[in-house]
Amino acid sequence: MNDSWSKRALALLLLIAALPVVVLAQGFAGLGSDAEGFSVPRRGTLMAFPADHGPHPDFRIEWWYVTANLEAEDGRVFGVQWTLFRSALAPGNAEGWRDPQIWIGHAALTTPDHHYVAERLGRGGIGQAGVETTPFRAWIDHWEMKSNSLPDEDELARLDLFAAGDAFSYQLTLETSTPPVPQGDRGYSVKSEAGQASHYYSQPFYQIKGALVVGGKPVAITGKGWLDREWSSQPLAADQEGWDWFSLHLDSGDKLMAFRLRDAAGGFISANWIKADGETEMIDTESVSLEPLRTAKVNGRPVPVEWRIQVPAKRVDITTHALNDQSWMGTSTPYWEGPIRFGGSHSGVGYLEMTGY
Amino acid sequence: MKRVALWALLSHWRHRPLQFLTLLLGISLATALWSGVQAINAEARASYARAASVLEQGDLIQLLPQPGRQITVADYVSLRRAGWVVSPVIEGGYRFGEARIRLIGIDPLSMPREGRAFEISGGNDISSFMGAEGELVVSAATAAKLDGKTDIPLKIAAEVPNDAAFTDIAVADRLLQRNGSIDRIVVAPSQQLDVSDLQEAAPWAVLRSPSEKPDVAQLTDSFHLNLTAFGFLAFVVGLFIVYSTIGLSFEQRRSTFRTLRSLGVSLQSLIVLLMLELAVFGLVAGLLGVTIGYLLASTLLPGVAATLQGLYGASVSGSLALRPEWWGAGLAMALAGTACASAQNLWQVKQLPILSAAQPRAWAGLSARVLRAQVVCGLLLLVLSAVLAFAGTGLVVGFAVLGALLLGAALLLPPLMSGFLKLAESCAGGAVTQWFWADTRVQLPGLSLALMALLLALSANIGVGTMVSSFRLTFIGWLDQRLAAELYVTARDEDEAARLRQWLDGRHVTVLPIWSTEGQVLGRQVEIYGVADDATYRDHWPLIRGNQDVWDAIASGNSALVNEQFWRQGEVDIGQELELPGGWKVKVVGVYSDYGNPNGQVIVDVTALAQHYPDIPKLRYGLRAAPAVAADLQRQLMDEFGLPDGNVLDQASVKQRSREVFDQTFTVTGALNVLTLAVAGFAMFASLLTLSGRRLPQLAPVWAMGMRRRDLALLEVVRTLLLWSATFVAAIPLGLVLAWVLLSIINVEAFGWKLPMHVFPLDWLWLGLVALGAALLSVLLPVKRLATVHPADLLRIFANER
Amino acid sequence: MLLTISGLTKSYSTAEGPIAVLKGIDLQLQAGETVALTGESGSGKSTLLHLVGGLDQPDAGRIIVNDRDIATLADAERALYRRHEVGLVFQQFNLIPSLDVAANIAFHARLAGRQEPEWERQLVEKLGLTALLNRYPEQLSGGQQQRVAIARSLAVRPPLILADEPTGNLDEATGDAVLDLMLSLSGEAGSALLLVTHSMRLAGKLDRQIMLRAGRIGG
Repeated sequence: MNDSWSKRALALLLLIAALPVVVLAQGFAGLGSDAEGFSVPRRGTLMAFPADHGPHPDFRIEWWYVTANLEAEDGRVFGVQWTLFRSALAPGNAEGWRDPQIWIGHAALTTPDHHYVAERLGRGGIGQAGVETTPFRAWIDHWEMKSNSLPDEDELARLDLFAAGDAFSYQLTLETSTPPVPQGDRGYSVKSEAGQASHYYSQPFYQIKGALVVGGKPVAITGKGWLDREWSSQPLAADQEGWDWFSLHLDSGDKLMAFRLRDAAGGFISANWIKADGETEMIDTESVSLEPLRTAKVNGRPVPVEWRIQVPAKRVDITTHALNDQSWMGTSTPYWEGPIRFGGSHSGVGYLEMTGY
Repeated sequence: MKRVALWALLSHWRHRPLQFLTLLLGISLATALWSGVQAINAEARASYARAASVLEQGDLIQLLPQPGRQITVADYVSLRRAGWVVSPVIEGGYRFGEARIRLIGIDPLSMPREGRAFEISGGNDISSFMGAEGELVVSAATAAKLDGKTDIPLKIAAEVPNDAAFTDIAVADRLLQRNGSIDRIVVAPSQQLDVSDLQEAAPWAVLRSPSEKPDVAQLTDSFHLNLTAFGFLAFVVGLFIVYSTIGLSFEQRRSTFRTLRSLGVSLQSLIVLLMLELAVFGLVAGLLGVTIGYLLASTLLPGVAATLQGLYGASVSGSLALRPEWWGAGLAMALAGTACASAQNLWQVKQLPILSAAQPRAWAGLSARVLRAQVVCGLLLLVLSAVLAFAGTGLVVGFAVLGALLLGAALLLPPLMSGFLKLAESCAGGAVTQWFWADTRVQLPGLSLALMALLLALSANIGVGTMVSSFRLTFIGWLDQRLAAELYVTARDEDEAARLRQWLDGRHVTVLPIWSTEGQVLGRQVEIYGVADDATYRDHWPLIRGNQDVWDAIASGNSALVNEQFWRQGEVDIGQELELPGGWKVKVVGVYSDYGNPNGQVIVDVTALAQHYPDIPKLRYGLRAAPAVAADLQRQLMDEFGLPDGNVLDQASVKQRSREVFDQTFTVTGALNVLTLAVAGFAMFASLLTLSGRRLPQLAPVWAMGMRRRDLALLEVVRTLLLWSATFVAAIPLGLVLAWVLLSIINVEAFGWKLPMHVFPLDWLWLGLVALGAALLSVLLPVKRLATVHPADLLRIFANER
Repeated sequence: MLLTISGLTKSYSTAEGPIAVLKGIDLQLQAGETVALTGESGSGKSTLLHLVGGLDQPDAGRIIVNDRDIATLADAERALYRRHEVGLVFQQFNLIPSLDVAANIAFHARLAGRQEPEWERQLVEKLGLTALLNRYPEQLSGGQQQRVAIARSLAVRPPLILADEPTGNLDEATGDAVLDLMLSLSGEAGSALLLVTHSMRLAGKLDRQIMLRAGRIGG
């Protein structure tokens, strides 16, 4: 199963905590805290849309996470990230300032030379940030992800996406006719041997059109997008120290999601193979191999930016390359997240996220 | 050559250690008082700046509500949704038991790093700060004060000034009952949008740029101006000492100068050497002065801090930081002062022909021309002062009135004395009497600076003393009116308050709730108090506008009283309608005096207050009971409810405490007064000492014709006492006018209240005795010298060139 | 005999030990007599004058004036002696700077309690001071100042006038004129005059000349 849960949970909590990176070395202890008072993910809970597109305030953490691999007409390549995190100090909602929900937005735009980052924080209850369904709308400050779907379509089938930072902005249109894809066991995604889990679904089939403004100049682009939705309340396992997570668009139209939670031993690996028609299949943990090939010095520390990924059952043996080795998210809690391309048995583009380095 | 010349010049001081000491002490004292006052001012200003930066995010642009409007959460969110990086703040005074705290509610998520007073580090910090229980981030001292007075957990952060607490905006909103209104919005320095468009985006707000001075710094300007004026006065008085001493030393060294020059030291070298000598002295004495100033400031600062707290609610740390710029400024003042005081003498050295006879100036009489000029200038200044007093407004004008008054009076003193002495001389019968008056007049030019300094110091003493005593008398009378209840009790929470009310019911005790809230009225943050309809208020409340009828109007719930400060700010007047927070409209029917409160205040009916603001804390009560019963009641309350000492106060101890605060408030003024007087006394001493060196040619003929040295010495004492007394007599009317200016002009501008003047002749008597003592001290040494002068020294006058 | 001095000695202590200035002086002066005291610088003539004037005290010896030994008088009595029996004229700084000429002239007489307005008027006239009465000493020339000092000393009609180089700061012609006036007026006043001068020429104008040499009367 699954993946980005822990990393993002970590990122989120650290973010709020404004903890310096060094503290990561102290491990996860206490970061996920306990689930006291919060709902806990349960196996067998089925996804229900459009309700599950919206927030689950009884769970501690949740996110709406879009990554996109984009290309301009002249062949220039870009990556874009748009994320809205929700972190609850207490379960449920309250009026006004007393609402215990905290919202955090991250936006990034990556070129081969630059990696632009922006961050927004806000509290729930007053309208500064939040997520609504029917029609679907997720926002923080002036950043927004808004449904533009037709009446009989899924709320997330057509989205308008906007974010802006100090030196960049983007306005994208995301479209797909494929329904959302539950991850793990019908959307129940286990994340450690100890059984920590989340509710998790994705929409990896977006076709994207739109415009970027970078360096003050508008650029028309097209490309592929991937949305992750996940919520949970449980902490990570105590010995897990970071993760490496891949979302890959294969040229065949198939998608591969794979991650490794690093610990003192071999780590906890999970992967899903999603066919071009949307059918998803969990891959046996033992039959996935993630191997760093090259590290680059990023923000003063070595970070693996080339990987070999092997999934023998799917005859996958590929090597990934970062579009920009320096795709460092210098947000309150820093991590590495950027577009990649890959070749070998298969070729294509995707996104890589690494935390704990 | 130069070294030899310098050595020759310096050898003078070896033979005159007293003169040397006087010179050093003069520069040191002048520098000490000046730099001491500057140190106090600098520390206070640094405190304001720190407080403004920490408490008010004063380094950032802020949005304040337009008058008559409130900032709503929707306003704030609309700015955020438009992409502005802004952060909301709710603030106000809040009472935890009897501890009054400035509560600042912030949103830690949106507050820009530049506006954060303290670090919230770690997820646990955030979740406790923003959590349901909330958290108060306070200084250690405030934490000790709040201990046991609130259920909200406390967290100590050294960066937070005393008597202030940071908390999450949700907690502040609840405690201060803002119901979603915001007091101000902080604008982050880095924006994706153009800040020049901000006003358009927020038409409901007033932009306050960060360069503007903190409010409290503006409020306290008058106080610091006051201190500076005192410091400067003392500095000038100190320079008189330096001037006299340098003059004497130059005069006594004239023959040395001549010898050096005839031995081939050029005039230029001589002047350079003298300047070098004076610069070294200035530097040494300046260092000493700055050190004394530092000690002085450290001693006075706690008092100043108390004053600022008491008068303006400004928090100033009681400890002094060493600031390099202040050392530099102190030394520069010492050098500049020395230069000023020696310029004239250096000029004379330059004019001195090599071969001129070294005759001392027999008597450089105050020429009639100089006296006339002084009369004209003095009168013009007095007229200017009067015109400003009646036509001008504003604090600066107030101080201009003071300055013109003092300077004008000081300028008039020597001509007046001269005239008086002339008159006395012409009326004198005996030869000795006539000579005495004539001789006194001859001393006048040498003493006039010192006498003017003395006049300033004495009248400042009388003026400030009268102001403080008048204030004290008024204040105590006002306390008697205001603190009419026999007991003041504060419950620790609402439950206890409810039980208290129940317990008091039917005990023949009149219970007067003291409930209040805070809010924006006419764009100002004011306190809103509720009063019960009770004879206590009708009989005692210190109304300065309005009559007994106002209490019926108040009881009706649609009328209000305002305090004098609020009224004098000029936006409120009798009959005007005020809109209180939440749209409650009341008519102003009266004004009451409210000394020692820096804030505007509004009083309404307590029942109406509780109806409009149901959530106000209902913890404080005044209790009226027969005095005999009060002590019992106090004990019962403490036994029954376990209330701590501080929560049940009897009238006498509240008054006692208020008086203590009041007295502490003027400690620093008193100290500066005494010090200025001391410096003036020393200036007199230095002048007399200087003169005594020139006296022998004036006295020798009289002695030769049959006057005893003892009689001459006695006459010297009488003369000094006479001059002091005359100055003292002149200082009384001047001091009273000064007091009037302070009470009727400066106080109104600076504090917003006007005080009646009371005169305390007994205080003058004390001051007169102190001045007399100082006069005797100042004349002691010069007279002792004269009484024991050897006849040979007197005889030498007649035969030899000195 | 107005003045009888016998066995008068006086020494001053200096860093090198005491220096004897007067080493036993015997001298007599008749009422109305004018005597010049001459000698070199340091011969002790000024010291002798000061002792006679009651301005200083001798180490030993007697100074009998009108049958009273003023060497033994207390400070207060000496002041009275100066006030009533002596007129003093010095080389400089004779006048009280704070008083005008008229007040200066009258000062000593008023102090002694015997003012004679008519006598004063004559003095003023004879000394040519009429136009100067309202001036202050600093506004006068040296000769004028000395004339005022002479007028003052004569106004009190003292039995004895002591003058110490009264013309020392004046040019020869003025000095001669001043001295002539002084001699004639002291005669009118009936005062004896003891004049210290180093000028033999001036000394010759007086009744008698006494030369001091190294603290003794000689020549």
